[in-house]
Amino acid sequence: MNRRPGPEPLLWMLFSSGGMVAALMIPILLFLFGIAFPLGLLSPPDHSHLFAVLRNPITRLVLFGLCALALFHWAHRFRFTLYDGLQLKRYGAPIVVLCYGGAVVGTVIAAVLLIRL
Amino acid sequence: MADEITLEVARYRPELESEPVMESFQVPLREHWAVLDGLTYVKDQLDGTLSFRWSCRMGICGSCGMTVNGEPQLSCATFLTDYAPGPVRVEPLRNFPVIRDLVIDIDDFMTKLPEVKPWIIRDVHSPVEEGEYLQTPQELDEYQQFSMCINCMLCYSACPVYSLEPDFIGPAAIALAQRYNLDSRDEGAEERRAVLSSPEGIWACTFVGECSAACPKGVDPAGAIQRYKLTAATRSIKDLLMPRSRR
Repeated sequence: MNRRPGPEPLLWMLFSSGGMVAALMIPILLFLFGIAFPLGLLSPPDHSHLFAVLRNPITRLVLFGLCALALFHWAHRFRFTLYDGLQLKRYGAPIVVLCYGGAVVGTVIAAVLLIRL
Repeated sequence: MADEITLEVARYRPELESEPVMESFQVPLREHWAVLDGLTYVKDQLDGTLSFRWSCRMGICGSCGMTVNGEPQLSCATFLTDYAPGPVRVEPLRNFPVIRDLVIDIDDFMTKLPEVKPWIIRDVHSPVEEGEYLQTPQELDEYQQFSMCINCMLCYSACPVYSLEPDFIGPAAIALAQRYNLDSRDEGAEERRAVLSSPEGIWACTFVGECSAACPKGVDPAGAIQRYKLTAATRSIKDLLMPRSRR
């Protein structure tokens, strides 16, 4: 049996931490910006206030972490959905490139957007 | 209550059939009869050629695992009345080669199990005169549920990853490795690490959780695997950051 160490521990760490931060933070953000503010349940912050919050380096860092980890969570899960769910494991290499490559591209886009705010 | 129930039993006699066929038998439906009692009735009264494994009849030996109405079950702990009015479909455990009728080939599991060294490993054994290795109730709680495993292989039969990846070490073997890793008397975690944290070890598991749902003894192999994933991942990141501390 094959006993070589692989990148799996790192990918799994990204997957599990991504799942945790996404589960903790995305419902709150969705509730605030998707339901509560548009429906007027809570009074939304004005544009300049929100912008000031977004320009805070800690906000940017947290949002970057959320985007990057959530994307790697998606990548890992989607890779195994393709492997086992659709039984495409024979295309392992392109699937890995598509999934984790997609997460890297998404992470770079998130970083650029957050830096250019 | 009807006094009979139909057992639809998978038959595979390599000298007669090229692939399994189903055969129906009428057996008495008695209140305390398990599926295994029905099969024993068939073998004693109706067809002595029916082959199946069993030993203790009390959910301890782990020999009589079968697929009952599509679910992996211990046939001694699965009661006919729960399936009334029937029929009850009895097939061999899935994901294993069938040798004959309900008898499966367990060589794969028997090869994998010792690879995780499921026994107490000590760097130095203290002499018997020094007495037992003492343990607190909290230390016992750490591993006790994993020690309930009876090697019945229902979890392998339930595991969709094992059906796709026959090299996967599998739920019971990993849970049993954790039974010793989490035992305060054991010092063998390092020896088990290479096998457990290989691609065919914990990393093959996608946390479907069917193993824990199928376990007749309340063991949580899926939990054991997830817990070891954290251990292994933390450990490999430590190795990456501090390569010199590697033992």
